[in-house]
Amino acid sequence: MNYSIIVYILGWVMTFESAFMLLPCLTAFIYKEENGLIFLICAVVTAIVGRLMTIKKPANNMFYAKEGFVAVALSWIVLSIIGAVPFYASGEIPRPIDAIFEVVSGFTTTGASILSDIESMSRCMLLWRSFTHWIGGMGVLVFLLAILPMTGGQNIYLMRAESPGPSVGKLVPKMRKTAMVLYMIYTVLTLAEIIFLIVGKMPVFDAVCTAFGTAGTGGFGIKNDSISGYSSYIQIVVTIFMFLFGVNFNFYFFVLVKKFKDAFSMEEVKWYFILYIGSVVAITINITNNISNLGGNLKHAAFQTASIMTTTGFSTADFDSWPQFSRALLVVLMFIGACAGSTGGGMKVSRIILYVKYFKKEVSASLHSRSVKIIKSDDKVLEGSIIKATIGFLMAYIIVTIVSFLLVSLNNFDLETSFTAVVATLNNIGPGLSRVGPTCNFNLFSDFSKSVLIFDMLAGRLELFPILILFAPQTWRRG
Amino acid sequence: MNIIIVGCGKVGYALAEQLNDEGHEITIIDKNDAVIRTVTSTLDIIGVTGNGSSFRVQLEAGVDKADLLIAVTDKDEVNMLACLIAKKAGNCRTIARVRDPEYYEEINYIRDELGLSLSINPEWAAAYEIAKLIQVPSALELDSFAKGRVNLVKVKVPIDSVLDGIKLRDIPAKVGKDILVCIVERRHEVIIPDGSCVLQAGDAISIIMPLKNASQIYQKIGVSVKPIKNIMIAGGSTIAYYLAKILLNSKVRVKIIEKDSARCKQLSEILPKASIINGDATDKAVLLEEGIKKADAIASLTDLDEENILLSLYADKVSEAKIITKINKIAFEEVIGEMPVGSIICPKNLTAEQIIQYIRAKQNSFGSNVETMYKMVDNKVEALEFKVGAHSKVINIPLENLKLKDNLLLCCIFRNGTIKTPSGKDTIMPGDNVIVVTTHKGLKDIKDILREG
Repeated sequence: MNYSIIVYILGWVMTFESAFMLLPCLTAFIYKEENGLIFLICAVVTAIVGRLMTIKKPANNMFYAKEGFVAVALSWIVLSIIGAVPFYASGEIPRPIDAIFEVVSGFTTTGASILSDIESMSRCMLLWRSFTHWIGGMGVLVFLLAILPMTGGQNIYLMRAESPGPSVGKLVPKMRKTAMVLYMIYTVLTLAEIIFLIVGKMPVFDAVCTAFGTAGTGGFGIKNDSISGYSSYIQIVVTIFMFLFGVNFNFYFFVLVKKFKDAFSMEEVKWYFILYIGSVVAITINITNNISNLGGNLKHAAFQTASIMTTTGFSTADFDSWPQFSRALLVVLMFIGACAGSTGGGMKVSRIILYVKYFKKEVSASLHSRSVKIIKSDDKVLEGSIIKATIGFLMAYIIVTIVSFLLVSLNNFDLETSFTAVVATLNNIGPGLSRVGPTCNFNLFSDFSKSVLIFDMLAGRLELFPILILFAPQTWRRG
Repeated sequence: MNIIIVGCGKVGYALAEQLNDEGHEITIIDKNDAVIRTVTSTLDIIGVTGNGSSFRVQLEAGVDKADLLIAVTDKDEVNMLACLIAKKAGNCRTIARVRDPEYYEEINYIRDELGLSLSINPEWAAAYEIAKLIQVPSALELDSFAKGRVNLVKVKVPIDSVLDGIKLRDIPAKVGKDILVCIVERRHEVIIPDGSCVLQAGDAISIIMPLKNASQIYQKIGVSVKPIKNIMIAGGSTIAYYLAKILLNSKVRVKIIEKDSARCKQLSEILPKASIINGDATDKAVLLEEGIKKADAIASLTDLDEENILLSLYADKVSEAKIITKINKIAFEEVIGEMPVGSIICPKNLTAEQIIQYIRAKQNSFGSNVETMYKMVDNKVEALEFKVGAHSKVINIPLENLKLKDNLLLCCIFRNGTIKTPSGKDTIMPGDNVIVVTTHKGLKDIKDILREG
């Protein structure tokens, strides 16, 4: 293991985080809040430490999959711990574990909160909370790759470990340009949302925070009732942008380089769209018995489906009180999640497509034992190794879910609460059902359960393996 | 530049690696998915799996935005087709590897008709390189500049040579004024020397010299020069064929040892003047019977690197001949460099060198062009020849006032047919050809010799 390069990368991650902290500083300055000082101190200290760690460029910059996984996992942990300091230091979140839970929930774009009264927080803290979504959405290491001229091709391992999806490729030959293109698309979409929200008469501060929450598919609101209090126009804008941020960013890249045919023939985007529309229709029909207004129901169904499927977690209605079918469908959508290569979480539509294809292949193989069937995706043959890795992911996913579920059950809550708490954090959604539903929060869990859920959030965001690898003894063994 | 490479074999990989290092954006196409996955996880490039001569695959690789397509699959026909399609689809420059001697004989016609910018033939290039070395027997390596009028020659400093223990500064006074040492290799070190560097016996030094003074210089420094009259070639590969053809023209007697009897018949048909021996070149008895001890030169050109190395080691033991070893895959260069295997020829690197030279020259339409470029000492040193443009930043300034980079030596100015070893008072003038040796990589313009800022 090449420790010096990992230290070097961590140093840069810290330097960037300190730069990010200047935004809440600025907010505090604008609204004349004293807590801005805490961010400033935190940023300066982090910057100094980060600088010390990067002052010496490692002589050996050999970098393999192992270093990539470890660097990414450690970066996220360091990021979370430092990010939690302002919450704790200001006393706005008095307990360290709660502060870490909140920040991990932010960086992993989960949006599960332990706060019961969000509106009592100072504005700079609220902004930092939402900003962590934006940072975590596209990934810090991707940001690092866009800015830092790192030599060597091995940095593909960094991007692979951080980006969601079964097979991460580059858009253009150079890693650095790929990362830049991704961040450019991300920033432009975010700015577009801010503008649309401001046009709808949303206050600028609210618009910025909501846009950060949508862009990272995070879901931290700045109001106790999330998005319900805003106008229909704003809710519709948020719905549309949630959906857009759940689309594979390759789609936007193809549109950008005018390869419209490639863009609109992307299998994953097509199925994402079909699943979304299908679920909205099903839920609208299902809930229409309860409330008379069809238009309103459609709006709520569209909002909630987008919020859950893209793993954002905003809410305009208490879907916990919806009929059982709608609740069940939402839980299923939590597992499916958004597209690979988007900012969303979950298992990703592309994996689900592959599982269905594999399932069909196995069924036909058991009928015709001599049948030969190749699995294709976007007209390309999927190699056995990719299929194997994707199925391996499913196994790991199931095991992590089951173990976490058992551990969280020690809290002695009902099955629905424990199960959806795990599902909502592992898939980076935020709200679950029952006692962790959209109107509730996660503060009721014990510290132990909170730690398990923190682990789940990180594991879910980094697609399990980077975090799991940290705990594997052979990672740390010599040779 | 945006470059597409078709075929990720030995040459394709070497090209991708070196061009990526020079900052180009590389897309590589290969049929084999596993190969693509390996190369894209070690180099910062993008890969496309598919048939490189298919229009659809080329479009996917972005041929419409590419500046250059290089086709280096193992099939000449595929390479030519890939280039033809790229020319029509993307209107980019194209380079094809064409190695079959039959096609190579009509290469000018093919190049014109297919609109190729460059065609490369690694086997021919290797053979040409070997032939150059044979003509200057004492040279371990020989690179020519200014259309062959100036050579950079690598020799070992012999024991008892006047150069042993001498300071470079003192060479003009004690040995002769035309001798400029540009590179010194001592064990694992590569030095671009200044005047205070002291030479030792056993150092490999690269000297820049005009062709006409060569034999004089060798005599002065104590390197023996015995013209080569006969050569023994182990392995009847395509390189052997090309080499034999070149050498037979300059009246060298050629003996080729080849295992395969069918190939022997073929060789004897196309090389009537050479003597073709059907036998195993790794068989000691065969070698001794065919007079390995008396050969002036021995070239190990079989398909197996290991065989070539062993053969050359044996040849070094039993004969006084000049030895040339072909190695396809230079791994473990630290070990190979220490073994007495003579001059090492690596066709893959020669090809990459040719293409990089072409790209550097094309990249720079203003200022100064790279006319020739060689990568030396295991890619650690580059020797470049620039044609100086009329508006370059370096002209008309005495050299002593130019702030040159460290580890860079301006070794020769070639002006109106005369060769000049530059001193501090000289200036570079427009139209000069300037030869520079440096450990900095990727120099594209003569102004790059200056320190930045």
